[in-house]
Amino acid sequence: MQWETVIGLEVHVQLATRSKIFSGASTAFGAEPNSQACAVDLGLPGVLPVLNESAVAMAVQFGLGVNAEIPEVSVFDRKNYFYADLPKGYQTSQMYQPIVEAGEVEISLEDGSTRHIRVHHAHLEEDAGKSLHEDLHGMTGIDLNRAGTPLLEIVSEPDMRSAKEAAAYLKAIHSIVTYLGISDGNMAEGSMRCDVNVSVRPRGQEAFGTRAEIKNVNSFRFVERAIEFEVERQIELIEDGGEVVQETRLYDPEADETRSMRTKEEANDYRYFPCPDLLPVVLDQAYVDHLRANLPELPADKRARFQHELGLSAYDAGVLSASRAMAEYFERVRNTCGDAKQAANWVQGELSGALNREGLTIDDSPVSAEQLGLLITRVLDDTINGKAAKDVFQAMWQGEGGNADNSADTLIEAKGLKQVTDSGAIEAMIDQVIAESPAQVAQYRDAEPEKRGKMIGYFVGQVMKASRGTANPQQVNGLLKEKLDALC
Amino acid sequence: MHDKTLTELATGLSAGEFSSRELTQELLGRIDRLDGRLNSFISVTAKPALSAADRADATRADGQAGPLNGLPLALKDIFCTRGVRTSCGSRMLDNFVAPYDATIVEKLSEAGTVSLGKTNMDEFAMGSSNENSFYGPVKNPWDPSAVPGGSSGGSAAAVAAGLVPAAMGTDTGGSIRQPAAFCGITGLKPTYGRVSRYGMIAYASSLDQAGPMARSAADCALLLGAMAGHDGRDSTSVARGVPDYQSELDAPLNGLKIGLPVEYFGDGLDPAVEAAVREAVQVYESLGATVREVSLPHTHYAIPAYYVIAPAEASSNLSRFDGVRFGHRCEAPTDLIDLYKRSRAEGFGDEVKRRILIGTHTLSEGFFDAYYKKAQQVRRLIRQDFLDAFEEVDVLMGPASPTPAFDLGANKDPVSMYLQDIYTIAVNLAGIPGISVPAGFAGNRPVGLQILGTHFAEAQLLGVAHQFQQNTDWHLRRPAFAEESA
Repeated sequence: MQWETVIGLEVHVQLATRSKIFSGASTAFGAEPNSQACAVDLGLPGVLPVLNESAVAMAVQFGLGVNAEIPEVSVFDRKNYFYADLPKGYQTSQMYQPIVEAGEVEISLEDGSTRHIRVHHAHLEEDAGKSLHEDLHGMTGIDLNRAGTPLLEIVSEPDMRSAKEAAAYLKAIHSIVTYLGISDGNMAEGSMRCDVNVSVRPRGQEAFGTRAEIKNVNSFRFVERAIEFEVERQIELIEDGGEVVQETRLYDPEADETRSMRTKEEANDYRYFPCPDLLPVVLDQAYVDHLRANLPELPADKRARFQHELGLSAYDAGVLSASRAMAEYFERVRNTCGDAKQAANWVQGELSGALNREGLTIDDSPVSAEQLGLLITRVLDDTINGKAAKDVFQAMWQGEGGNADNSADTLIEAKGLKQVTDSGAIEAMIDQVIAESPAQVAQYRDAEPEKRGKMIGYFVGQVMKASRGTANPQQVNGLLKEKLDALC
Repeated sequence: MHDKTLTELATGLSAGEFSSRELTQELLGRIDRLDGRLNSFISVTAKPALSAADRADATRADGQAGPLNGLPLALKDIFCTRGVRTSCGSRMLDNFVAPYDATIVEKLSEAGTVSLGKTNMDEFAMGSSNENSFYGPVKNPWDPSAVPGGSSGGSAAAVAAGLVPAAMGTDTGGSIRQPAAFCGITGLKPTYGRVSRYGMIAYASSLDQAGPMARSAADCALLLGAMAGHDGRDSTSVARGVPDYQSELDAPLNGLKIGLPVEYFGDGLDPAVEAAVREAVQVYESLGATVREVSLPHTHYAIPAYYVIAPAEASSNLSRFDGVRFGHRCEAPTDLIDLYKRSRAEGFGDEVKRRILIGTHTLSEGFFDAYYKKAQQVRRLIRQDFLDAFEEVDVLMGPASPTPAFDLGANKDPVSMYLQDIYTIAVNLAGIPGISVPAGFAGNRPVGLQILGTHFAEAQLLGVAHQFQQNTDWHLRRPAFAEESA
């Protein structure tokens, strides 16, 4: 039987506010346990929450970024359950009236095509603390530094049909939130994690199959692998005459499998009700309009502009717009050198290669966009040829020539790489090569005219060698042809 | 000194007749000698009280004294007080020393008042008789066989017995007004949002409100001015200016339109209570007010709606008492669930458990719409009843409680206890202010007249109450307990 996979994602994004969603405590990562938990985060008797306005602004920016409805009124609810790292015995969240209603996200697939995935809604909530099991002699410790950190939970419709689409969706969300600057998107530190709902159904069937929810998947790669494993598990189960049960599962990256955590019968009744300590959030149109007017250009728009205005291929436009940092770097290179295609080639070629080799991100690049832009300019204006440019780039990468914007000129000068375009000098070199290569000249002369084009390569190589790579290859080519043909 | 009003004591302090230290010492002595019979205090904080009194005397010597400087009072043990056990009347918090001050504690302290200690209360403010305290019941100073009312029973009894001239209470369904009525003192529940709830241990967040309990409306006006106002730490506190509550105390009553809700004079009302209340209304008529009957048609839904909403909020508010970070923890828990179960089973009393169970049930999947949602709809109707009534009259009057203080142990059935709050509970659901003032006796037990106004009408209510007290002396009566022991 042919099976179709149906996937929906709940992505939890930690918002980059300085203080927590309902208290003034800091949200910085990595502090001593419980050093960033104030009376409100500890849930001491008598304390009350006060909503952080910047968390609201960030949630609204996200909503605008996915073309969602921003309702005038949203309401915080309490989700009640007991757990040791949940200080109040409830999580303040938004169940019935979320801050962001339906929207959509454009995802781009490897073949360069795009699809739209619908966002059901996004709501604000507070994070819990975490349990610590190490070095506590069999006891469990509780660190409440993370308790009260603002999260935006983005819930998709079950619109994805493959693990690749799910990963592309997660990447699209990642790039939207980082473009907006509302999250650092750091998955390793837990700033972005997701729950994946997966089900399978016979192709052509309209009704959804029973789904399993895979909790807390925290990398793009794990999302793909967890889904692949889960899809295979469900199909095998059904084909063997079994039935998928609705349950929560955990993905174990080491074993590369998902395991049952709790079934539907064991699920909590969260007893949601409106939080009486917080007033409904009322957003007036002017506030929303102001945020809308100040939105940065988002990945999908940027991709379209790169493709249609700058003439990049769909693939290049997609890669270069995937992260805001990459896009900004590319645009600075392009603005410096004035040639989008050359800028794209260099950023994706030499630069990305070097970054990958050393495991660096674009933010850590030792070569600035202005340095690279000038280097490309020097190729475009024939100061150096492509080969020399690669040498200059490597030197720049190693820090040679300093980090001033004009380091390309410094290096070209110091290394004597300036292209020789003086035709007299080139002709002299050509004459010498011809004089030293009588056999090759003879072969050239005896060859059919249509085969001579190929044979000229030898002479070009010799001339370039003689010039230590600085001769302008086009000029060498042209002059050689003239001189050799004159001998025939 | 012990039977003077706050206003009189303020005059005495500013005239230099006595110092705050002398006054504080005198009252601490009375508490020490007499409270063993009343049990109105859970904690007496003599040392910090004397330091605060000395600071107040120094402030006065510097010419910096405000109107409340040096005045002693007591705090219901629901207000977090830095460095002092804050038990909320529960075994659960018997070991809890608050690391911070509630906003009103901070404000009263900044105003120079001297807290003598923390008063007894029904556990987590759940009760109408003060019999639900882990620290034992409080006796009514007018008759030790009677309850003082609840949940602010310790505050009411301490003021009535002359142990302290004023005390802070909280009112979720009548917990200031009913004990004030039972103990023959004046107690004001302000409009919801008028006074910050920060640091006040939550019972039912959408209903809880702190207010003053004292010997006169003028004293309550003095205190409310210091307590009220917006607090950045409480989103439900209202950003609205605080009027001078004393300036309207002498507003004439001529032309005041009084409404008597017919539903507040029906079955179950003790005839002696009714007689006292009707007599009080006549006093108002003699002072130029006009009286008419009005109807609050949804009154009989108030108790059922309250007993859905309040326990629902309580079941969630009390989840933080889990034995993990503070409060009672059972011995040698075997795992997390065992820790929760036994800590909570041991830490909470029966009435608290009952309300947690009710609230958990009404919020459960499948019951939420039928209970919680419906109760919220009823709540809106009840609020509308009041708003409609205030289109026609200025204030409403009626009894604060259907009976005078009942005997200790007389109300064993929870539902009959709940029905005690029939005249007070709707006020919390509507969020409006209410005050109870002494208006006579039923036998040897005081009767309270309840006066209700529209949202933020505290100044008017205090004036209406003050005018009554200018023309009657019920609020000046003192129980034999206070006098014979003096």
